[in-house]
Amino acid sequence: MKGCCGNDGISPCGIALAAASPSVKAGRFGSRAQALLPGCAKAAVAAVLLMLAAASANAVDTEAPLRTAEQQSLYRKLLEEVRCMVCQNQNLADSDAPLAKDMRRELRRMVEGGASEGDIKQFLLDRYGDFALYRPRLAPNTLLLWMGPGVIVALALGAIALVIRRRMKMPIPEED
Amino acid sequence: MSSGRRRVRWILLLPCAALAVMVYFFGVSLGRDPGLVPSPLIGRAAPEFSLPELLAPGSVFSLQDVEEGPWMLNIWASWCSGCIVEHEFLMALGRAGAPLYGLNWKDAPADAREWLQLRGNPYRAIAVDANGRAGIDWGVYGAPETFLIDAKGIVRYRHVGPLDEAVFSQAFLPVLEGGAQ
Repeated sequence: MKGCCGNDGISPCGIALAAASPSVKAGRFGSRAQALLPGCAKAAVAAVLLMLAAASANAVDTEAPLRTAEQQSLYRKLLEEVRCMVCQNQNLADSDAPLAKDMRRELRRMVEGGASEGDIKQFLLDRYGDFALYRPRLAPNTLLLWMGPGVIVALALGAIALVIRRRMKMPIPEED
Repeated sequence: MSSGRRRVRWILLLPCAALAVMVYFFGVSLGRDPGLVPSPLIGRAAPEFSLPELLAPGSVFSLQDVEEGPWMLNIWASWCSGCIVEHEFLMALGRAGAPLYGLNWKDAPADAREWLQLRGNPYRAIAVDANGRAGIDWGVYGAPETFLIDAKGIVRYRHVGPLDEAVFSQAFLPVLEGGAQ
């Protein structure tokens, strides 16, 4: 995998693709690109397949299902949305860390005990804070996170609309 | 004409300015160590627990058994390498009479007792949290962690990682001394 399409600095794929772009005259570079491309495509497909395989290999697949389908789906949903606090870029479903196991056990117990999604999220927020949830709630300190992109898009659209309106009002310049 | 055009140019800068503000805030957040998760417990009452005492088999250690005044709860385990790093400092605290209590987190009690025998015991009492349930209530995500609880039972500070002289005298000592007066 390494050496082609990996994140190891300059990738030969990058060079090959740039060389293969229509703006570049086919010459010595062109033939090199043709030689490299099939290998890279294979490697890319393999990489995608590997990633898919890794994504489906949850740590919880060996656990017994919960009593009702509703509880099971709530449990699965929480596992996807709750961060493993030790291995912070994994959710609880994917993590094999001992703390993730403890938290899964605790979530199971709460779901089986009939706790609602809100109850369980509050339980986690009270102990681990906003960081525990991959989908942060709307709070003063997460406002920028939720609203920022929307505000920027709104401002940009407003500015574009204004410019267009102004241009439309302008007299069409006479050609020299 | 020229003033109108200037106004348009100025408005064009707005989205860029908003983007700059966002980039700034997210940039600052990126620079922070994601390992240092702020504890939501700070300013709230210390979570209750009632657990077996490590060195007094058959007896239970709970919040009510903590002596009056501010105190510290150190989360440790025999498998934890950072705990070895901080242990010498904790021993010094124990010798100085600091109100230091332990929570033996996700550990085998026999291993924990052996570890203390080898290295010394700086704690006034130690709760055994073998399955990590009390640890979840305290928002523990790794050992060692050290909590500071004031005389009213409110959590005032949480330090993640080995405790040392600098952190102790800056964050813990003022509250510990304030409570002693």
